[in-house]
Amino acid sequence: MLEHVINGLVLGGTYALVAMGLTIQYGIARIMNLSFGDTIIAACFATYVLFSSFAISPVLALLILVPAGYAFSLVIYRVIMRPLVARAPDEGALEVDSILVTFGLLFVIQGVLLIFFGGGYTSYSFLNTPVNVLGTVVAGNRLLAVVLSLLIGLSLIVILYRTRWGMILRAVALSPQNAPLFGIDTDRAARTAFAIGGAMAATVGVVVSMFQTFTATAGVVFTMKALIVVILGGKGSVLGAVVAGLLLGLVETFVAAYIDPGLTLAAVYGVFLLLLLVRPNGIFGKA
Amino acid sequence: MKVQTAFALAAAVLVVLALAPLFIPDYWTGVLLGMTGYVTLATAWALFSGPTRYVSLATVAFFGVGAYTVAVLNEAMPYPMVLLCAAGIGMALALVVGLSTLRLAGVYFVIFTFGLAELVRQVVSWWEVNVTYTMGRYVFLPFEGRHIYWQLLALAAVTLLISWAIGRSRLGLALKAVGDDETVAAHAGVDVTRIKLLLFVISATIITLVGAIQAPRWTYIEPSIVFNPTVSFMTLIMALLGGAMRLWGPLVGAVPLFLLFEWLSVSFPDHFSIILGLLFILIVFVMPNGVLAKLEDLRKGGRA
Repeated sequence: MLEHVINGLVLGGTYALVAMGLTIQYGIARIMNLSFGDTIIAACFATYVLFSSFAISPVLALLILVPAGYAFSLVIYRVIMRPLVARAPDEGALEVDSILVTFGLLFVIQGVLLIFFGGGYTSYSFLNTPVNVLGTVVAGNRLLAVVLSLLIGLSLIVILYRTRWGMILRAVALSPQNAPLFGIDTDRAARTAFAIGGAMAATVGVVVSMFQTFTATAGVVFTMKALIVVILGGKGSVLGAVVAGLLLGLVETFVAAYIDPGLTLAAVYGVFLLLLLVRPNGIFGKA
Repeated sequence: MKVQTAFALAAAVLVVLALAPLFIPDYWTGVLLGMTGYVTLATAWALFSGPTRYVSLATVAFFGVGAYTVAVLNEAMPYPMVLLCAAGIGMALALVVGLSTLRLAGVYFVIFTFGLAELVRQVVSWWEVNVTYTMGRYVFLPFEGRHIYWQLLALAAVTLLISWAIGRSRLGLALKAVGDDETVAAHAGVDVTRIKLLLFVISATIITLVGAIQAPRWTYIEPSIVFNPTVSFMTLIMALLGGAMRLWGPLVGAVPLFLLFEWLSVSFPDHFSIILGLLFILIVFVMPNGVLAKLEDLRKGGRA
């Protein structure tokens, strides 16, 4: 029982991170990024290559891949998203365009991964030593994943709510029309937010690859769960993303443990539907 | 062009297409079959997603449900009944999805449809493994390629007819209003949710039927075959290339792209999805409203 709670929190922690990244991209840059999950999977494979070919530990890989994720997303924003933002007459049009373009990007990233790594399940063994936590045995890599998720999630929250930089980002999220009146460069904020999202995706990729097997085509499922967590938590709410992510992780682990592992996605959808009916604006969303 | 002339022309083209399998080799009948399938899918997709601008990513969920229904029921009842059942199941699924998401902002709908195919695939797999103890089923129906082709051609004609009729009716006008501005439409007395739901159900039912009719082509069916996400993707890209807001748009997009994809999947099987993705991004960039709108712009630009 406690074992499932801990596993659920591990999974939930990573979902919370994914959702935080997505909610920042969507809330500030106004881009619904359907290729988010595939960026995560790309980071998983990159960690795998660094670990198995260059013997670089995943923790060190973070130092390489997080900036890489940031840079990659910055380039994507400059090259692909910027022209779309510039041409969109209103927010709705940008939403549709960004959904379509990132849907295309999803297939490109997936195609590249399939060529290099094939369609099989991949994993590596890192820190697979059992650790005793409150009487239950947990794998060391999972424990490390929780610690990393917590650290990174918390530091992002601190940056967003306690620094001037974070305040600028939140101002753009709150009111993109009015932010320029206060001397805020919205384009720069959007760019930064999109890149931070990419860095988060890379982080999650590294963390997840430590304890889970992954395939080149698994990105869709990640994106979907992240989107659901974002909606559950309320669009643009970072705290909501954390709570909803943990909740979803717990639900999924318990369904897998007590009902059937094949029905986890159905359970996730069930929670999503139920919440849409009860609270259409999310747990922490404003009406 | 007058409506009567247009209809006469369309009917003539239809007759030619229907007679084609009697004169051309089987391989080309197969190509025509696939093409007609995608023309129908793209037109049905655009029926709902074009005017409302609600991007549905769940085409293959319905397509797969149709195909799987035929796989399960083909030995239990006569073929027309099987088709009817497939349509009914597709309709019910569309109602559930539509009722739960279409009341809300468009983004919920996109998110829901994004994972719907994966969800249905997982549930069907789970059901087959745990309840019926079968994985993969055989479809034995006495159909040759051209029989399936004729059915699809009829469905394509009906779909285009529905699309034409809706475009001219009050319903079509209301739909355009919803696409332009939902709040305004609601204030002008349009029952927004009901209209969206109605159109989504019609579109999804047609898509389900395409899957059901094509099922005998595979002979062997399992969830990972019929719920292949590329189908959703191809449908979307075809409808967009031609222009989802126009009657003939999806058809104009589907015909060249289908031929291109046929060639690509044979010549570059490994790079298929990369090329597909890049092409798609290009289309969104260069022709966001489709080829037909682009041509019209060019013509207007040339005259001015």
